[in-house]
Amino acid sequence: MEKLNIKDKDLAVPGEELAEGMEYLPSSGTYREGNKIIAAQLGIISLNGNVIKIIPLSGRYIPRVGDVVIGRVTNVGFNNWFVDIGYAYEAVLPLKEASSEYIDVERGGSLSKYYDFGDYIMCGISKVSRSMATDVSMRGPGLKKLKGGKIIRIAPSKVPRLIGKQGSMINLIKDKTGCRISVGQNGWVWIQAEDPKAEMIATHVIEEINKKAHNPGLTDEITNLLSKETQK
Amino acid sequence: MTYDKRSDGRKFDELRPMEAKVGVIARADGSAMFKIGKTVAYAAVYGPRALHPSHMRNPETGILRCNYNMMSFSGSGERVRPGPSRRSKEIGLVTEKALLPVMDISGFPNTVVDVFIELLQTDAGTRCAGITAAALALADAGFPMRDLVAAVSVGKVGDKLVVDLSKEEEDYEEGATDMPLAILPRTGEVTLLQMDGNISKDELKELVENAKKAARKINEVQIKALKDKYGVN
Repeated sequence: MEKLNIKDKDLAVPGEELAEGMEYLPSSGTYREGNKIIAAQLGIISLNGNVIKIIPLSGRYIPRVGDVVIGRVTNVGFNNWFVDIGYAYEAVLPLKEASSEYIDVERGGSLSKYYDFGDYIMCGISKVSRSMATDVSMRGPGLKKLKGGKIIRIAPSKVPRLIGKQGSMINLIKDKTGCRISVGQNGWVWIQAEDPKAEMIATHVIEEINKKAHNPGLTDEITNLLSKETQK
Repeated sequence: MTYDKRSDGRKFDELRPMEAKVGVIARADGSAMFKIGKTVAYAAVYGPRALHPSHMRNPETGILRCNYNMMSFSGSGERVRPGPSRRSKEIGLVTEKALLPVMDISGFPNTVVDVFIELLQTDAGTRCAGITAAALALADAGFPMRDLVAAVSVGKVGDKLVVDLSKEEEDYEEGATDMPLAILPRTGEVTLLQMDGNISKDELKELVENAKKAARKINEVQIKALKDKYGVN
């Protein structure tokens, strides 16, 4: 009675019957109907023992507590900031989460001297309410205002691929180009280098990863591309 | 007189030639093109994004909003005039209701998922082509979906039950019945059923069965389009 219709890393299409039998267990992106497991999302199948999961290939960023994201300050309030993090609604950065040092509001002066309109910040998602109202925080290791450099955007679903196992992919790009790179879980990537050419190479390589994230053998391809580009 | 040969030479249960492509609009979150015969539909999906006017926001779930539009140069210039109308508003609404049963957008409260369906060329079966394209675009955008949705029109031309009517058949002078259906191909559940014309109870039952078979064929084209985008097969 047990039957598996797919292999690990296959592409699943919504409504596809992935497996039959109670031995298999549905995880995210799938559901059980009767004794069948059905795909409920377009994505790559990840088969872990008898647990079937679908890793989506597309979709907008959905905030989750603990994520570190890159955001853009869109509004400065009297005791908070509003930050665009790529979700439908802006996140709030409250005053007490803005800095580890004391900010005296009573003294007057605008909060824009800390973070101003258009500033890009690396921030952590500290709270997500049931209605998806999101709070971000600047209190944490590595959370800071991003000065200089440039921002590019990739699909949030491809962020794990850009980072690689234990950061292998992103470290490869950093080493070869000499750029400083920060990747937010929301798919916003900050790139900065003294040499504008290095920035361009890094941008090109990251966009290539964004396009080809689902391909097997991506690491080799990117290694080749990097050595070709840096030798120019 | 009997209708014993279809005007375009198809078999009575044969669909018009189909073509589908996913990811046709670069800046949309998901997009698809679906072509059946001379009818061409494009669908673009944006969202989840902020919903305005804000009184439409639902704190329990996201909402789906479909917009159906025949482009100004589409159609043959008779009866249905392209552009915003009572008809296009209604088709947008039934499209939404045809797609919603497979969707789960409760994870994005207060937001909207916008689906824009544009028809470049129309030759009957536009709402069906629109729904088929929209289902593809939603899947491409990475939304959780229980199944794809395939839509087809079935009906009666003269005295014959047919699948996928062309405009010529819809306008058959001795009378034609046109019945668009949206179907979940895997289970055969019906999410849209409309009818224009007359039909007997037995014929209706047969037509629904014919539509289910046709929906599975359309579904094959849909699946192929999705897999083609990622270079599988």
